[in-house]
Amino acid sequence: MIDGAGFPVAVEASGPSWAALILWLPAISTVLCGLCAAFKVRNKLAAWITVALLGGSFVLTASLFAGYEQPVTIHVLDWIGITWGDTSFVANFAFYIDSLTLLWMLFVTGLGTLIALYASEYMEQDVGGGYSRFFAGISIFLFAMTALVMGDNLLMLYLGWEGVGFASYWLIGYYYKKPSAVAAAKKAFIVNRIGDLGLALGIYLIWQTFGTVQYAELFTELQAGSYTEIAGGWTVQAIPFLLMLAAFGKSAQLPLYVWLPDAMEGPTPVSALIHAATMVTAGVYLLCRMFPLMALNELALPVVAWVGGLTALLAATIAMAQYDIKRIFAYSTISQLGYMFLGVGLLTTSGAAYHVFTHAFFKAVLFLTAGVVMHGMAGQLDLRKVSGLRKLPGWRITSYTMLYACMCLAGVPIVTNGFWSKDAIMAEAFAAHGPGFGALAIIALITALLTAYYTFRVWFRVCAGPVHYEPGDELHGESTGRFQPHAPRLIINAVLVAITVGAVVSIFCADWVLGMVGDSTAAGGIPGEHHVAEGASVWSDPHAWMPWVASVIGLVGIAIAWYFHLANRKAADKFKQVLQGNVLTAWLPKALENKWYVDELYHATIRAPLWLLGRILNLFDRYVLDMVFVDGIARLPRMLGRGFQPLANGVLQSYAVSMIGGVALVAVLVFVMPELMAMLSGLMGGGR
Amino acid sequence: MTTLSLSHFLLTSAIIFVIGLIGFVTRRNMIVMFLCTELMFQAAAIAMIAFGHYHGDVSGQVFVIFILTVAAAEAALALGLVVLLFRRRATLSAEAWSELGEA
Repeated sequence: MIDGAGFPVAVEASGPSWAALILWLPAISTVLCGLCAAFKVRNKLAAWITVALLGGSFVLTASLFAGYEQPVTIHVLDWIGITWGDTSFVANFAFYIDSLTLLWMLFVTGLGTLIALYASEYMEQDVGGGYSRFFAGISIFLFAMTALVMGDNLLMLYLGWEGVGFASYWLIGYYYKKPSAVAAAKKAFIVNRIGDLGLALGIYLIWQTFGTVQYAELFTELQAGSYTEIAGGWTVQAIPFLLMLAAFGKSAQLPLYVWLPDAMEGPTPVSALIHAATMVTAGVYLLCRMFPLMALNELALPVVAWVGGLTALLAATIAMAQYDIKRIFAYSTISQLGYMFLGVGLLTTSGAAYHVFTHAFFKAVLFLTAGVVMHGMAGQLDLRKVSGLRKLPGWRITSYTMLYACMCLAGVPIVTNGFWSKDAIMAEAFAAHGPGFGALAIIALITALLTAYYTFRVWFRVCAGPVHYEPGDELHGESTGRFQPHAPRLIINAVLVAITVGAVVSIFCADWVLGMVGDSTAAGGIPGEHHVAEGASVWSDPHAWMPWVASVIGLVGIAIAWYFHLANRKAADKFKQVLQGNVLTAWLPKALENKWYVDELYHATIRAPLWLLGRILNLFDRYVLDMVFVDGIARLPRMLGRGFQPLANGVLQSYAVSMIGGVALVAVLVFVMPELMAMLSGLMGGGR
Repeated sequence: MTTLSLSHFLLTSAIIFVIGLIGFVTRRNMIVMFLCTELMFQAAAIAMIAFGHYHGDVSGQVFVIFILTVAAAEAALALGLVVLLFRRRATLSAEAWSELGEA
């Protein structure tokens, strides 16, 4: 089990005062872009504001990193501080700066800036329309992510957590006139709420157990080892699982992954932002940050590993049979996130973090190039309808950056960052000991094969082969016959090259990331403790033979893709027909294309019953509460009035008769009733 | 039937009261209805004096004096009202004044 001790905890520091700007610059950018939108600015001002301020945020992060010596907390301003009796609840706007924070912030702000730059050109047909609104959304997204990563307490993390959920809703629903985009935005928000519930309960239980939500105090307490004594009650045992639920929601893991593929409805830079730098990495960050707490229940990490492994496999199988390029990349994101959680579950948080880091680069390139294709082909994303892009003039940079990113995702040996990061996790799967980890390792290997196949299926179809294209349905006043693809211009190409260079550089960052993670709260299990003794054969050390196996698997996957999708494209259809012809496998292609019917399953088991319950409650409300109680009580005086109304007929004599009748009634009550009662009691007494 | 007892006076009072009551309920002429209320007043006054005499207490008679003064003042007011009402509708029938009813 993990040691409570073994990682440095931040000390209070006055810190560089400009550090707060890392958080405030995106916030200022949001406000300025909002003003641009309010004043209907008809140029790209909002984009340049966003790029400049996010870039400033990145530069400040980099200089904070350059001056980093030891973990510190930097106080910005007081937020919440309540004390009653012995208990207190303190959550300030303060930063917890350790190497994990810096690692995350570097790629969040760096890639965020580059993606904003890309979007400045990508979104240009919306200038004067939603352009400023879009960049306000990007800025608030980055603000929320910054708060999430840099906050020194769980409440600030929660603020950022909800913030990215809100920003994703904003941006996925950017084309708010499109019903599918609105539905996707709602789906993303609602599915995320399930995870958020876990986080909220988890934070409460942490506060109840440890009496603080501030990282520094929390980790000090953990290091003191007091939690081993606490680890008894179920409320404490539940903490890792609640945090896990939160992470699975935000990072799109089983069973809450369904929102991510639909998030493709947003503009492509948003997909790149969600999938690469922000949002989905938040779940991994949460588990890395709270890694010491995962030891509160010894089942927690194996569950994380299994969920990650199964998600990776499931998403990869779905990705094989999709035709929409962005959708394939979306499922690949889910699959790769599965690897990251597998890594966390196997105690190799450094491997997971390294995979987050490399994945951020190559997935950004993949989405941005998919966006270029979509943009240039008037919304065409079907990989069967676009072919041979690399031979078109002006598309070379797109095609080859995409090729490199595909190589990274597929894990082409040595020259790609994805190879090394995935390798670290898969080797650990073989080396680690835990419930069913052997099967999990096999799953990871199969997933790697599938990944290589579906990735290159896209590239061989879209970029290689004979030149052929059909435009999509978003033609801007051109007829289909005269359609010319718009090649990307300078800014987009520059961004693609820059991120690709970053991906190449990240190959050499393995040791750096390992060191960064090792110095942080995520220092749970640095690979190495599982290593076998010197002198054992190569086969007994997975870290030694994994590069070879992974290379072979990756190359085999690419070769299969090459055969079916470049060398002999008809064979793919034939293979599908063979599958459909066989009784045993006839269901398979359809099930894969329909994403294993998971959405339909959720619809039948969760949405439909909830809808039914909602209908019943609606009817109850309408007919029982409203009609009987609210309207009924309102109707009572009116009905009484109706009953007495004939008396008030305006005829003076009838009023007189009523008065006389009233007096007579009173007289009867006063004079006759006592005698009647006496008579009755006399009768009763006689009976007795 | 040698002496007049209290019940004779009360009976007289009751008869006069009921005559006034029936007159009030059955007649439509406002002046007659008003006279009927005066009749009921006087029936009550007779009952007061009868009780006062029976108990040997003068407060009954004092009451009656009060009733007569008030009735005089009230008669002046009521007749004035009747005149006003007559001017509005050119009729003395109480049925002309039935707007309070909804129907």
